[in-house]
Amino acid sequence: MVQFSLPQNSKILKGNYYKDKTGSNNLKKINVYRWNPSSNENPRIDTFEVDLNECGPKVLDILFKIKNEIDPTLTFRRSCAHGVCGSCAMNVDGVNTLSCIKSHSDIKGELNIYPLPHLKVIKDLVGDLTTLYKQYESVEPWLKSKVGEKTSTEIKQSQEDRAKLDGYYECILCACCSTSCPSYWWNGDKYLGPAVLLQAYRWITDSRDEERKERLKKVADELKLYRCHTIMNCTNSCPKGLNPAKAIGSIKKMLASS
Amino acid sequence: MENKNKPLSPHLQVYRWHISSLLSITHRIVGIINFFGIIFISSILIFNFQFFQIISQSFFGKFIIISLCWSFSFQIVNEIRHLFWDMGYGFDLKVSQITGIIAIVGSFILTILFYLIGRNVF
Repeated sequence: MVQFSLPQNSKILKGNYYKDKTGSNNLKKINVYRWNPSSNENPRIDTFEVDLNECGPKVLDILFKIKNEIDPTLTFRRSCAHGVCGSCAMNVDGVNTLSCIKSHSDIKGELNIYPLPHLKVIKDLVGDLTTLYKQYESVEPWLKSKVGEKTSTEIKQSQEDRAKLDGYYECILCACCSTSCPSYWWNGDKYLGPAVLLQAYRWITDSRDEERKERLKKVADELKLYRCHTIMNCTNSCPKGLNPAKAIGSIKKMLASS
Repeated sequence: MENKNKPLSPHLQVYRWHISSLLSITHRIVGIINFFGIIFISSILIFNFQFFQIISQSFFGKFIIISLCWSFSFQIVNEIRHLFWDMGYGFDLKVSQITGIIAIVGSFILTILFYLIGRNVF
Protein backbone atom coordinates (compact mmCIF):
# COMPACT_ATOMS: atom_id res chain seq x y z
CA MET A 1 0.00 0.00 0.00
CA VAL A 2 1.21 3.44 -0.89
CA GLN A 3 1.30 5.64 2.16
CA PHE A 4 3.43 8.72 1.76
CA SER A 5 3.31 9.99 5.34
CA LEU A 6 4.48 8.18 8.43
CA PRO A 7 1.93 6.54 10.76
CA GLN A 8 1.05 8.38 13.96
CA ASN A 9 3.35 6.30 16.18
CA SER A 10 6.31 6.91 13.85
CA LYS A 11 6.21 10.71 13.68
CA ILE A 12 9.62 12.01 14.63
CA LEU A 13 9.98 14.37 17.60
CA LYS A 14 12.80 16.69 18.54
CA GLY A 15 15.14 14.91 20.95
CA ASN A 16 18.00 15.75 23.27
CA TYR A 17 20.94 18.01 22.51
CA TYR A 18 24.33 16.80 23.71
CA LYS A 19 26.67 19.79 23.88
CA ASP A 20 30.38 19.28 23.36
CA LYS A 21 32.42 19.07 26.58
CA THR A 22 35.92 18.87 25.11
CA GLY A 23 36.15 22.49 23.93
CA SER A 24 37.39 21.36 20.52
CA ASN A 25 37.43 23.74 17.55
CA ASN A 26 36.55 21.02 15.02
CA LEU A 27 32.98 20.06 15.86
CA LYS A 28 30.34 18.36 13.72
CA LYS A 29 26.65 18.13 14.55
CA ILE A 30 25.36 14.59 14.21
CA ASN A 31 21.58 14.03 14.11
CA VAL A 32 20.71 10.45 15.00
CA TYR A 33 17.32 8.69 14.88
CA ARG A 34 16.47 7.22 18.28
CA TRP A 35 13.67 4.98 19.43
CA ASN A 36 13.52 3.06 22.66
CA PRO A 37 11.23 -0.01 22.67
CA SER A 38 10.88 0.08 26.45
CA SER A 39 9.29 3.53 26.43
CA ASN A 40 5.97 4.52 24.95
CA GLU A 41 7.33 7.63 23.27
CA ASN A 42 7.57 8.37 19.56
CA PRO A 43 10.95 8.22 17.80
CA ARG A 44 13.11 11.31 18.19
CA ILE A 45 16.20 12.92 16.66
CA ASP A 46 19.07 13.40 19.09
CA THR A 47 21.82 15.85 18.19
CA PHE A 48 25.39 15.18 19.27
CA GLU A 49 28.31 17.57 18.95
CA VAL A 50 31.29 15.39 18.09
CA ASP A 51 34.97 16.39 18.21
CA LEU A 52 36.38 15.35 14.82
CA ASN A 53 40.00 15.95 15.90
CA GLU A 54 39.76 12.80 18.01
CA CYS A 55 37.73 10.63 15.67
CA GLY A 56 38.35 8.07 12.93
CA PRO A 57 37.55 8.85 9.28
CA LYS A 58 34.31 6.88 8.81
CA VAL A 59 30.70 7.46 9.87
CA LEU A 60 30.88 4.26 11.95
CA ASP A 61 33.80 5.78 13.91
CA ILE A 62 31.51 8.69 14.83
CA LEU A 63 28.82 6.27 16.06
CA PHE A 64 31.39 4.40 18.14
CA LYS A 65 32.63 7.68 19.58
CA ILE A 66 29.10 8.68 20.56
CA LYS A 67 28.46 5.27 22.11
CA ASN A 68 31.76 5.18 23.99
CA GLU A 69 31.98 8.77 25.17
CA ILE A 70 28.56 10.45 25.07
CA ASP A 71 25.59 8.08 25.17
CA PRO A 72 26.21 4.34 25.74
CA THR A 73 22.55 3.50 25.04
CA LEU A 74 22.93 4.26 21.30
CA THR A 75 22.14 1.03 19.43
CA PHE A 76 23.37 0.03 15.97
CA ARG A 77 24.48 -3.13 14.17
CA ARG A 78 28.10 -3.54 13.17
CA SER A 79 30.61 -6.30 12.86
CA CYS A 80 33.57 -6.26 10.47
CA ALA A 81 33.97 -2.48 9.97
CA HIS A 82 35.54 -3.12 6.55
CA GLY A 83 32.56 -3.22 4.19
CA VAL A 84 32.44 -7.01 4.03
CA CYS A 85 29.71 -8.14 6.42
CA GLY A 86 26.92 -5.69 5.60
CA SER A 87 25.75 -5.25 9.18
CA CYS A 88 26.12 -1.49 9.51
CA ALA A 89 23.82 -0.57 6.59
CA MET A 90 21.92 2.63 7.40
CA ASN A 91 20.64 5.82 5.84
CA VAL A 92 23.49 8.34 5.99
CA ASP A 93 22.88 11.82 4.57
CA GLY A 94 19.80 10.67 2.67
CA VAL A 95 21.32 7.64 0.94
CA ASN A 96 21.57 4.07 2.16
CA THR A 97 25.14 2.95 2.63
CA LEU A 98 27.49 1.02 4.89
CA SER A 99 28.54 3.44 7.60
CA CYS A 100 31.92 1.68 7.95
CA ILE A 101 33.06 2.64 4.43
CA LYS A 102 31.38 6.08 4.20
CA SER A 103 33.78 8.91 4.97
CA HIS A 104 32.23 11.66 7.08
CA SER A 105 34.48 14.24 5.43
CA ASP A 106 32.39 13.74 2.23
CA ILE A 107 29.38 15.26 3.96
CA LYS A 108 29.14 19.01 4.37
CA GLY A 109 27.26 20.49 7.30
CA GLU A 110 25.22 18.46 9.73
CA LEU A 111 25.24 14.70 9.40
CA ASN A 112 21.86 12.92 9.49
CA ILE A 113 21.76 9.24 10.35
CA TYR A 114 18.55 7.20 10.09
CA PRO A 115 17.87 3.47 10.06
CA LEU A 116 17.26 1.79 6.68
CA PRO A 117 14.00 3.29 5.31
CA HIS A 118 10.51 1.81 5.62
CA LEU A 119 11.34 -0.96 8.10
CA LYS A 120 9.87 -1.70 11.50
CA VAL A 121 12.39 -0.29 13.96
CA ILE A 122 13.65 -2.67 16.66
CA LYS A 123 15.74 -0.05 18.43
CA ASP A 124 17.49 3.17 17.33
CA LEU A 125 19.28 2.35 14.05
CA VAL A 126 18.33 -1.32 13.95
CA GLY A 127 15.58 -2.23 11.47
CA ASP A 128 13.65 -5.49 11.20
CA LEU A 129 14.74 -7.39 8.05
CA THR A 130 12.73 -10.57 8.68
CA THR A 131 10.60 -10.16 5.51
CA LEU A 132 13.67 -9.71 3.35
CA TYR A 133 15.32 -12.85 4.73
CA LYS A 134 12.13 -14.86 4.11
CA GLN A 135 12.05 -13.60 0.53
CA TYR A 136 15.71 -14.52 0.13
CA GLU A 137 14.89 -18.02 1.31
CA SER A 138 12.06 -18.21 -1.23
CA VAL A 139 14.45 -17.94 -4.22
CA GLU A 140 16.33 -21.02 -2.91
CA PRO A 141 19.81 -19.51 -3.04
CA TRP A 142 21.81 -22.70 -3.43
CA LEU A 143 23.11 -24.78 -6.33
CA LYS A 144 20.64 -27.29 -7.71
CA SER A 145 22.26 -29.96 -9.82
CA LYS A 146 21.68 -33.64 -10.51
CA VAL A 147 25.28 -34.16 -11.72
CA GLY A 148 26.61 -33.95 -8.20
CA GLU A 149 24.33 -36.76 -7.06
CA LYS A 150 25.56 -39.18 -9.73
CA THR A 151 29.29 -38.62 -9.60
CA SER A 152 31.74 -37.64 -6.93
CA THR A 153 33.75 -35.27 -9.16
CA GLU A 154 33.41 -31.52 -9.04
CA ILE A 155 31.12 -29.68 -11.48
CA LYS A 156 33.37 -27.77 -13.84
CA GLN A 157 32.77 -24.23 -15.04
CA SER A 158 34.58 -22.41 -17.83
CA GLN A 159 36.21 -19.06 -17.15
CA GLU A 160 33.66 -17.35 -19.40
CA ASP A 161 30.75 -18.86 -17.49
CA ARG A 162 32.39 -17.93 -14.21
CA ALA A 163 32.80 -14.34 -15.46
CA LYS A 164 29.01 -14.13 -15.86
CA LEU A 165 28.73 -14.13 -12.06
CA ASP A 166 31.00 -11.11 -11.67
CA GLY A 167 29.08 -8.17 -10.29
CA TYR A 168 26.54 -10.51 -8.68
CA TYR A 169 28.40 -12.92 -6.40
CA GLU A 170 29.90 -9.94 -4.50
CA CYS A 171 26.53 -9.02 -2.98
CA ILE A 172 26.70 -9.11 0.82
CA LEU A 173 22.94 -8.73 1.42
CA CYS A 174 23.25 -5.52 3.40
CA ALA A 175 19.72 -4.56 2.17
CA CYS A 176 20.78 -1.01 1.20
CA CYS A 177 19.26 -1.46 -2.27
CA SER A 178 15.96 -3.06 -1.29
CA THR A 179 15.23 -0.47 1.38
CA SER A 180 16.06 2.38 -1.03
CA CYS A 181 13.45 1.21 -3.56
CA PRO A 182 10.09 3.07 -3.48
CA SER A 183 8.43 0.05 -5.10
CA TYR A 184 9.71 -2.09 -2.24
CA TRP A 185 8.44 0.48 0.27
CA TRP A 186 4.91 0.26 -1.08
CA ASN A 187 4.81 -3.46 -1.97
CA GLY A 188 7.51 -4.95 0.25
CA ASP A 189 5.30 -7.87 1.24
CA LYS A 190 4.89 -9.10 -2.36
CA TYR A 191 7.61 -7.52 -4.50
CA LEU A 192 10.91 -9.34 -3.94
CA GLY A 193 13.06 -6.20 -4.13
CA PRO A 194 16.44 -5.57 -5.76
CA ALA A 195 18.62 -7.52 -3.31
CA VAL A 196 16.65 -10.75 -3.58
CA LEU A 197 16.17 -10.42 -7.36
CA LEU A 198 19.91 -9.89 -7.80
CA GLN A 199 20.46 -13.10 -5.85
CA ALA A 200 17.82 -14.86 -7.95
CA TYR A 201 19.65 -13.75 -11.09
CA ARG A 202 22.97 -14.91 -9.66
CA TRP A 203 21.57 -18.50 -9.54
CA ILE A 204 19.65 -18.24 -12.81
CA THR A 205 22.80 -17.28 -14.67
CA ASP A 206 25.06 -19.88 -12.98
CA SER A 207 26.11 -22.39 -15.68
CA ARG A 208 26.26 -25.26 -13.15
CA ASP A 209 22.66 -24.83 -12.03
CA GLU A 210 20.16 -27.13 -13.73
CA GLU A 211 16.93 -25.51 -12.64
CA ARG A 212 17.17 -22.27 -14.58
CA LYS A 213 13.72 -22.75 -16.15
CA GLU A 214 12.02 -23.44 -12.84
CA ARG A 215 13.79 -20.51 -11.23
CA LEU A 216 12.70 -18.17 -14.03
CA LYS A 217 9.15 -19.45 -13.88
CA LYS A 218 9.00 -18.93 -10.14
CA VAL A 219 10.16 -15.33 -10.31
CA ALA A 220 8.01 -14.39 -13.36
CA ASP A 221 5.21 -12.73 -11.47
CA GLU A 222 3.40 -9.41 -11.82
CA LEU A 223 4.19 -8.54 -8.21
CA LYS A 224 7.38 -10.45 -7.45
CA LEU A 225 9.36 -9.13 -10.43
CA TYR A 226 7.49 -6.56 -12.49
CA ARG A 227 7.03 -4.05 -9.68
CA CYS A 228 10.50 -2.89 -10.71
CA HIS A 229 10.03 0.35 -12.67
CA THR A 230 13.74 1.05 -13.17
CA ILE A 231 13.81 3.84 -10.60
CA MET A 232 17.51 2.97 -10.15
CA ASN A 233 17.66 3.93 -6.46
CA CYS A 234 19.13 0.46 -5.85
CA THR A 235 22.13 0.96 -8.12
CA ASN A 236 22.59 4.48 -6.80
CA SER A 237 22.84 3.24 -3.22
CA CYS A 238 24.76 -0.06 -3.50
CA PRO A 239 27.87 0.37 -1.33
CA LYS A 240 29.64 -2.44 -3.20
CA GLY A 241 29.10 -0.73 -6.57
CA LEU A 242 26.93 -3.54 -7.93
CA ASN A 243 23.97 -3.07 -10.29
CA PRO A 244 20.73 -4.71 -9.10
CA ALA A 245 18.73 -2.76 -11.73
CA LYS A 246 20.76 -4.46 -14.45
CA ALA A 247 20.20 -7.89 -12.86
CA ILE A 248 16.44 -7.31 -12.79
CA GLY A 249 16.57 -6.02 -16.37
CA SER A 250 18.42 -9.18 -17.38
CA ILE A 251 15.76 -11.40 -15.78
CA LYS A 252 13.01 -9.47 -17.60
CA LYS A 253 14.91 -9.79 -20.87
CA MET A 254 15.43 -13.54 -20.35
CA LEU A 255 11.70 -13.97 -19.74
CA ALA A 256 10.78 -11.88 -22.76
CA SER A 257 13.09 -13.82 -25.06
CA SER A 258 12.44 -17.36 -23.77
CA MET B 1 7.27 -3.73 29.42
CA GLU B 2 8.33 -4.19 25.81
CA ASN B 3 6.57 -1.82 23.44
CA LYS B 4 5.10 -3.99 20.66
CA ASN B 5 4.00 -0.99 18.61
CA LYS B 6 7.16 -0.69 16.51
CA PRO B 7 7.46 2.53 14.50
CA LEU B 8 8.16 2.65 10.77
CA SER B 9 11.51 4.17 9.87
CA PRO B 10 11.28 7.33 7.74
CA HIS B 11 11.44 6.78 3.95
CA LEU B 12 10.28 9.47 1.48
CA GLN B 13 10.81 12.06 4.18
CA VAL B 14 14.57 11.49 4.38
CA TYR B 15 15.59 9.81 1.12
CA ARG B 16 17.62 11.91 -1.27
CA TRP B 17 16.35 12.41 -4.83
CA HIS B 18 18.51 11.26 -7.71
CA ILE B 19 18.00 12.20 -11.37
CA SER B 20 16.77 8.67 -12.06
CA SER B 21 14.14 8.59 -9.31
CA LEU B 22 12.96 12.12 -10.12
CA LEU B 23 12.52 11.26 -13.80
CA SER B 24 10.75 8.03 -12.92
CA ILE B 25 8.04 9.73 -10.85
CA THR B 26 7.78 12.58 -13.40
CA HIS B 27 7.25 10.00 -16.14
CA ARG B 28 4.30 8.53 -14.23
CA ILE B 29 2.67 11.85 -13.38
CA VAL B 30 3.15 13.14 -16.92
CA GLY B 31 1.64 9.92 -18.26
CA ILE B 32 -1.59 10.54 -16.36
CA ILE B 33 -1.65 14.22 -17.36
CA ASN B 34 -1.14 13.30 -21.02
CA PHE B 35 -3.92 10.74 -20.97
CA PHE B 36 -6.54 13.14 -19.64
CA GLY B 37 -5.08 16.37 -21.07
CA ILE B 38 -4.83 15.21 -24.66
CA ILE B 39 -8.31 13.63 -24.62
CA PHE B 40 -9.69 16.87 -23.18
CA ILE B 41 -7.98 19.21 -25.63
CA SER B 42 -8.74 16.98 -28.62
CA SER B 43 -12.41 16.68 -27.74
CA ILE B 44 -12.73 20.46 -27.52
CA LEU B 45 -10.96 20.70 -30.86
CA ILE B 46 -13.33 18.18 -32.47
CA PHE B 47 -16.66 19.15 -30.93
CA ASN B 48 -16.36 22.91 -30.64
CA PHE B 49 -13.73 24.38 -32.92
CA GLN B 50 -14.75 27.97 -32.31
CA PHE B 51 -14.37 27.57 -28.57
CA PHE B 52 -10.96 25.97 -29.17
CA GLN B 53 -9.91 29.02 -31.19
CA ILE B 54 -10.96 31.33 -28.37
CA ILE B 55 -8.98 29.47 -25.70
CA SER B 56 -5.96 28.99 -27.96
CA GLN B 57 -5.77 32.80 -28.26
CA SER B 58 -5.81 33.40 -24.50
CA PHE B 59 -2.62 33.37 -22.44
CA PHE B 60 -3.91 30.62 -20.18
CA GLY B 61 -4.93 28.46 -23.14
CA LYS B 62 -1.51 28.89 -24.75
CA PHE B 63 0.14 27.96 -21.49
CA ILE B 64 -1.92 24.76 -21.25
CA ILE B 65 -1.22 23.77 -24.86
CA ILE B 66 2.52 24.41 -24.60
CA SER B 67 2.63 22.52 -21.28
CA LEU B 68 0.93 19.56 -22.94
CA CYS B 69 3.49 19.77 -25.75
CA TRP B 70 6.22 19.48 -23.14
CA SER B 71 4.62 16.66 -21.19
CA PHE B 72 4.03 14.72 -24.40
CA SER B 73 7.64 15.32 -25.54
CA PHE B 74 9.00 14.25 -22.18
CA GLN B 75 6.93 11.09 -22.18
CA ILE B 76 8.16 10.15 -25.67
CA VAL B 77 11.84 10.82 -24.98
CA ASN B 78 11.85 9.09 -21.60
CA GLU B 79 9.93 6.16 -23.04
CA ILE B 80 12.73 5.65 -25.58
CA ARG B 81 15.06 5.44 -22.55
CA HIS B 82 12.79 2.77 -21.08
CA LEU B 83 12.79 0.84 -24.36
CA PHE B 84 16.57 0.72 -24.30
CA TRP B 85 16.45 -0.57 -20.72
CA ASP B 86 14.00 -3.26 -21.84
CA MET B 87 16.52 -4.32 -24.47
CA GLY B 88 19.15 -4.55 -21.73
CA TYR B 89 21.19 -1.42 -22.44
CA GLY B 90 21.94 1.68 -20.42
CA PHE B 91 21.84 0.28 -16.88
CA ASP B 92 25.29 1.60 -16.07
CA LEU B 93 25.02 4.29 -13.40
CA LYS B 94 26.90 6.95 -15.38
CA VAL B 95 25.07 6.10 -18.62
CA SER B 96 21.65 6.25 -16.95
CA GLN B 97 22.49 9.68 -15.51
CA ILE B 98 23.60 10.98 -18.88
CA THR B 99 20.52 9.60 -20.68
CA GLY B 100 18.40 11.16 -17.93
CA ILE B 101 19.85 14.60 -18.61
CA ILE B 102 19.45 14.02 -22.35
CA ALA B 103 15.77 13.18 -21.74
CA ILE B 104 15.21 16.47 -19.90
CA VAL B 105 17.05 18.62 -22.46
CA GLY B 106 15.52 16.64 -25.35
CA SER B 107 11.98 17.17 -24.08
CA PHE B 108 12.45 20.96 -24.17
CA ILE B 109 14.01 20.88 -27.64
CA LEU B 110 11.11 18.76 -28.88
CA THR B 111 8.61 21.19 -27.30
CA ILE B 112 10.19 24.11 -29.18
CA LEU B 113 10.08 22.05 -32.40
CA PHE B 114 6.39 21.25 -31.87
CA TYR B 115 5.69 24.92 -31.27
CA LEU B 116 7.56 26.04 -34.39
CA ILE B 117 5.91 23.36 -36.53
CA GLY B 118 2.54 24.42 -35.14
CA ARG B 119 3.23 28.02 -36.16
CA ASN B 120 4.21 26.88 -39.65
CA VAL B 121 7.74 28.21 -39.32
CA PHE B 122 9.19 25.44 -41.45
